[in-house]
Amino acid sequence: MTVNGNGNDTGAATTEDLEPVEDFRARARTWLAGNMPPLGDGWNDRSDERRERERELQGRLWAGGFAGICFPKEYGGLGLTTDHQRAFTAESAPYDMPFSLNVPTLGILAATLVEFGTHEQKLRHLPPILRGEELWVQFLSEPSGGSDLAGCLTRADRDGDVFILNGSKIWSSAAYASDWAMCLARTNWDVPKHRGLTMFIMKIHQPGVTVEQIRQVDGTLEFCQEFFDDVPIPASDVVGEVDDGWTVASRLLVHERLAVGGGSPYTSGASASHDSGGADSTMVDAAREAGREADPHVRRLVAEAHVRQLVAGQLVRRITGGMATGAMPPPAGSIIKLFGATNVMRRTEIGLEIAGGSVVAWPEGDPGVGAQLGANSLSRQGVSLGGGSNEIQRNIISERVLGMPREAAADREIPYREVRRGGSGR
Amino acid sequence: MELQLTEDQEAFVSTTRRFLAAECPTTAVRALELDPAGFDPEVWARGAALGWTSLLVPEARGGGSLSEHGLSDLVLVAEEMGRLVAPGPLVPVNVVAETVGRHGSPTQCDEVLPSLLDGSAVAAWCGERPVPGRRDGDRIVLDGTSTPIEAGAQAAHLLVTVDLAEGPTQVLVPAGTEGVAVTPLAGLDLVRRFATVHFEGAAVDAAAVVGRVGDAAAAVDRQRQVACVLQCAETVGAMDQVFDMTLEYLGDRYSFGRPLSSYQALKHRLADDKTWLEASHAIASAAARAVAEERADADEMVSAAKVWIGPHATELVQDCIQLHGGIGVTWEHDLHLYLRRVTVNRAAHGTPEDHADRIATLLMGVPA
Ligand SMILES: Cc1cc2nc3c(=O)[nH]c(=O)nc-3n(C[C@H](O)[C@H](O)[C@H](O)COP(=O)(O)OP(=O)(O)OC[C@H]3O[C@@H](n4cnc5c(N)ncnc54)[C@H](O)[C@@H]3O)c2cc1C
Repeated sequence: MTVNGNGNDTGAATTEDLEPVEDFRARARTWLAGNMPPLGDGWNDRSDERRERERELQGRLWAGGFAGICFPKEYGGLGLTTDHQRAFTAESAPYDMPFSLNVPTLGILAATLVEFGTHEQKLRHLPPILRGEELWVQFLSEPSGGSDLAGCLTRADRDGDVFILNGSKIWSSAAYASDWAMCLARTNWDVPKHRGLTMFIMKIHQPGVTVEQIRQVDGTLEFCQEFFDDVPIPASDVVGEVDDGWTVASRLLVHERLAVGGGSPYTSGASASHDSGGADSTMVDAAREAGREADPHVRRLVAEAHVRQLVAGQLVRRITGGMATGAMPPPAGSIIKLFGATNVMRRTEIGLEIAGGSVVAWPEGDPGVGAQLGANSLSRQGVSLGGGSNEIQRNIISERVLGMPREAAADREIPYREVRRGGSGR
Repeated sequence: MELQLTEDQEAFVSTTRRFLAAECPTTAVRALELDPAGFDPEVWARGAALGWTSLLVPEARGGGSLSEHGLSDLVLVAEEMGRLVAPGPLVPVNVVAETVGRHGSPTQCDEVLPSLLDGSAVAAWCGERPVPGRRDGDRIVLDGTSTPIEAGAQAAHLLVTVDLAEGPTQVLVPAGTEGVAVTPLAGLDLVRRFATVHFEGAAVDAAAVVGRVGDAAAAVDRQRQVACVLQCAETVGAMDQVFDMTLEYLGDRYSFGRPLSSYQALKHRLADDKTWLEASHAIASAAARAVAEERADADEMVSAAKVWIGPHATELVQDCIQLHGGIGVTWEHDLHLYLRRVTVNRAAHGTPEDHADRIATLLMGVPA
């Protein structure tokens, strides 16, 4: 039985049946050179054009037989191992890839679907996802709170073969331009909070769903808030069991931490931010732009930024490898997530230090590397919040990796309708 | 330590761990505080019998490893020694043994290796900085100073890099050679001994050259890499042990009617410490693999490990001292033994700042 990074059977009978990794690598190298465009400047662009381009890039991977390396064959994947995936990722480094499809569509939602979806759900959604035709988002956080995910207030009331959805979700990235969502909603108010939740598959654009875009600090409009007004959801779109949505959500979060940290087996191509260093020359460019390559302090900062990238790559390898063999428990994914987020914090500060005064002002339409580092610093905390805040990761690591006592909670073992609730930020 | 070891390696770790627990508990380490050598030669010889000095030496020369690369096995010993802040010149002996095993003449191998492999003698590596020297007919004459040199005063053989007109050249200088003066130094670690070695017209003949004259640059690089890899593994072992001690302590100790481990402020600190610790394991293992496999990125990985691990080790141990409260800053508690060791390791074989500059040079060249 071949097992991928999450301990799931990928559908391959024995390792011997599989194409040897080095053969696969060689084939991938040739194919990539002939079919994928070189990595340009625009890969990190968050525009709608870029998103459409990434759908198209994913379509190319599918057409070339390189989409969904660790997805089961039955649902359009290749049924190969994480070693194959890593080989492909390494080979794909010089090319433009559908990076933003990795998170959340492939690495989080498709991964959760592989794990909990029914045969019909998987047949219906996985092949289109692998062709780049379906972009997915997560409807988890709510205006009343995101850290306490199990405390969600969006409700789904059963009415025969359908559930009727009412409430609001928020901070869902790019929902306005996406197609499907996994939505966590409360289906039972008479039991403690973790036991009354259900996970649903839902079409985003349909009557009763209003999507509003929210302006972020960098001026982009990626964030969305959704309002649900009597939206019918077929019971066949329940993921996992009714009232057992917490089990699904918990695994979804494990996939999320792996994917965000760069350790998911379901992604295709590493985004440059998870690259093992070489390709990320921003700090060197900034030092050159500032004319400070010889400044001993700047040299140390550039080196530290680079070392942090190398360490991050090795940490991902260690933790995901440990999770695959059972040497590390699944919550150890939070170590990757926390490391990645604090790395961004520190690297952002390093960037500001190197950039110096160039963050203040620049010729219209011509921001230098330093100016870009300054602008990026405005959303520094984004990665420390999205996918569960650093504080929540620290709770998880201390409680579920280290076995320290759990935080006191005022909402355990009482029916959810009796739990006290506070104000909503929005 | 790698999360996945071979069965042989697992067995090796548990033998080493049992041996160290029995022979080198921290009480034994403390008892050696005033010992001039800082280690018990009898215990060292028994450690050598377990393989501590032979893993980097080819089988044909009396050594042998468990896995494909002896260095992958030896880092396991280093890490276990770090866990108990154990005494013993692991780094210099192995660096010298490997060099002689790889580049030494048959005579050198016969004269030097058996006693290093059975632990009856130790050797010192006088570092990567060459000592000024000149040719005098067939002889090589050394004039200069190497410091601080681990086990310099205990070593029977000194491996020295000499700066000759032909290029860097390595020679084995027997202890007691005329013109060699070794001065023991006081130091921060309770049992790790360093010395200053002065060469004043010290002369060796051509037979003392290890490898070829003028051709030692690659060997010196390798020595630095191996020394740093072993040192990083030892540091990570020390961090791991201190972390475990602290986690346990916070569970046992109470304030305001509840265990310290139930306070979120302290839980979050340990979560951060755990994250640094895992990152340190990860980069230490990566550096060990790169050096073991003699990959092109070995230098970069080694320097990355030195840059990352040094300051995080001292910070982790200091944080754990803080979490222990007053007992943490006493002589009687073992924490300071660990703090001494990781502080010494941070600064020896290149500071994090030195290694950061090496990385900067790789990335953007040498400043004009
Ligand atoms: C870039 C980005 C993308 C996102 N994408 C999505 C998405 O696609 N879909 C989605 O559903 N959500 C998404 N989110 C939302 C994200 O999951 C939440 O912002 C996050 O979980 C925190 O929830 P909150 O914003 O309600 O803050 P709160 O939960 O109100 O937390 C506020 C502060 O209190 C701290 N805190 C809360 N509880 C505790 C505790 N028990 N112990 C210690 N500290 C605590 C938090 O760490 C935080 O610092 C995204 C967020 C960002 C920034």
